[in-house]
Amino acid sequence: MAQPVEIPPDPTAAVQAAEAEVPPELIAQSFGEYVRAWAARLRGGDIGVLPVVVGLVAIMIVFEIISPNHVFLHADNLVNLFEQSAVFMVLAMAETFALILGEIDLSIGYLGACGAVIAVQLVQPVTTGWPWWAAIVAALLACAIAGAIQGTIITRLGIPSFIVTLAGYLIFNGVMLILLLLGPFSGYPNLASSDTNVQVLYNMMAGTIDPTISWIGMGVVVVGLGALMWFGDARRRRAGLVAPPPSLTLLKIGLIAIAGIVVVAICNINRANIGVLAGVPWVVPIVLAVLAAWTILLERTKYGRYVYAIGGNAEAARRAGINVALIVTIAFALCSMTAGIGVLLYASYIGGMSNNVQGGQLVLFAVAAAVIGGTSLFGGRGKAIHGVLGGLVIGGIYNGMYLQSLDVQRIFIVTGLVLLAAVSIDALSRRGKVSGLGLTRR
Amino acid sequence: MPPCNVRGGIFFLGSKMTKMAQVAEPLLKVRGVDKHFGAVQALYGVDLDLPAGKVTALCGDNGAGKSVFTKCISGVYQPDHGEVFWDGQPVHIHNTRDASRLGIETVYQDLALCDNLDIVQNMFLGRERLSRYLLDEDDMERAAAETLASLKVTTVRSIRQPVASLSGGQRQSVAISKAVMWNSKLVIMDEPTAALGVVQTRQVLDLMKRLRDRGLAVMVISHNLNDVFEVADRIAILYLGRMVIQDDASKFDRQRVVEYMTTGGKGMKAAAN
Repeated sequence: MAQPVEIPPDPTAAVQAAEAEVPPELIAQSFGEYVRAWAARLRGGDIGVLPVVVGLVAIMIVFEIISPNHVFLHADNLVNLFEQSAVFMVLAMAETFALILGEIDLSIGYLGACGAVIAVQLVQPVTTGWPWWAAIVAALLACAIAGAIQGTIITRLGIPSFIVTLAGYLIFNGVMLILLLLGPFSGYPNLASSDTNVQVLYNMMAGTIDPTISWIGMGVVVVGLGALMWFGDARRRRAGLVAPPPSLTLLKIGLIAIAGIVVVAICNINRANIGVLAGVPWVVPIVLAVLAAWTILLERTKYGRYVYAIGGNAEAARRAGINVALIVTIAFALCSMTAGIGVLLYASYIGGMSNNVQGGQLVLFAVAAAVIGGTSLFGGRGKAIHGVLGGLVIGGIYNGMYLQSLDVQRIFIVTGLVLLAAVSIDALSRRGKVSGLGLTRR
Repeated sequence: MPPCNVRGGIFFLGSKMTKMAQVAEPLLKVRGVDKHFGAVQALYGVDLDLPAGKVTALCGDNGAGKSVFTKCISGVYQPDHGEVFWDGQPVHIHNTRDASRLGIETVYQDLALCDNLDIVQNMFLGRERLSRYLLDEDDMERAAAETLASLKVTTVRSIRQPVASLSGGQRQSVAISKAVMWNSKLVIMDEPTAALGVVQTRQVLDLMKRLRDRGLAVMVISHNLNDVFEVADRIAILYLGRMVIQDDASKFDRQRVVEYMTTGGKGMKAAAN
């Protein structure tokens, strides 16, 4: 046998190479080191959610200055802005499932619209008169099944999702028009009704929660989330696992608490010209519930881990024994189901459904919101929270330009440019990473 | 050990030899494996022994059937004929799951790591630990750290860094550690050093020796004779789908290996006659 020759490895070279590559905040131990690590990362081109936060602040400042009578930051406009954004947020969270996989779903606008029409039709007292919850369950189930069918075609026949969902875009546009014409509503089933069952759907968006209950609910959520984060990080620190320093955990909890207080305080300002309209609109807890559910699913469950794995390297996922086709099909079903929630919120916002719903525009705004928020178009990277942040940006631009009484064509152009900028940032950061990999692999 | 090879695809490392050397039954014993794809016969009656605690190098020129043979063991392909014995028991490996269940793990040439996931997530991919339906990140991180430490994979700065930020040698080390984590008894590596620099190759070779010292059977496919002679205890050579020779590495020199790889040993047979 050949004698193993003990050549000591050259530790300096290897360690130096490794040091240059590690995301610095992973090895930072104190708050100061974290800040420096973060700054280093920014310089290195990995920017995380910074552009979207900067963008949001810029949008707020610019539109507050140029909006007539500086109404942009008024409570009633901010609440309205959030309600408009909520549709984009939920649709962007839907699209996130497809984007993490490196796929795209162009059908969710009209597919979600089909679901919304089903719910709006089923609750009508003069026809079926289903209870609101049953109508919603039926609508979301229909969306999920339609999404699963598209996902099955994509995975089993190996057709690109772009093509399959482009076909779905047309098909569900037609289906939506057919569904609209059912019943005696001349294609305009609406939710403005004295029937309390119908009003539940009407109030999904703008119905308000009592201000006191709003405060209590916010407190429970912030304290609960804060306790989870604090004790979780403390446990990991004690066990010697990778964890941020206590100061950073406190900072995060503090930011969440401030955000919660600001939102509830703004919503509890009376925003009616006559009478009283105050309290958090129901859409806020609905969006937060979707955000919480999909964040837990994507980041804390096996299923979510597999979604990221497939988006990063589908072949590696397959070799690890993951049923790639099944995971992808479920992702498309979840994407479509979430889209159903999104367009249902839209129906609640406009008070019914009609053939004026622009499913194509909704999809593009959904993709734009997800990508602006930080989800990659190239797969493997993305979070539900990105959809929420990006949705706020899109909603802010939309709302602000509306306040300027700008034509819709200009709004399209500006939104398109913002999307282009977001995609460019995504592509550039990806190129940086790939060239880095190329270097280290050799 | 006495020389015990008879070339030409028939090769006994049978009971007599085993008793003589006081060596236990090899961990994996392959006998007479045939595999064809359509009209192309890729393997002809291949025999191979993979003893525990030894590194066996599988050599051969391009197209000799190394990859096909590896895939027959790891469950990717089904051999047409032939028998596989695991710890002396006949087994049928229908898929990679079966192979994993026996304790056979394969480290593929293209690594099969997900760049966007961190080291812990990659090491547990497909076998995540759960507590109350959610991922048990703490437990997985601890176990991954223990495995890396036991294999002395110490150059990674944080176990939570994404694999995209690792060097080639570190990636290979993670891929190998991942294979070792599952109480595997046989680790198959396909060209583990092909894309690595000098220092990184050293890391990986050291890692392979550590696996052997732990009593694992290691099979490594390599073109690089430097690596083969440095790390291999046994060498097996495939030539055009036939196993032409397998023996202790000390019985070979570089020229002999090249000769077997390129001619199947015809020249040497002529010389011996």
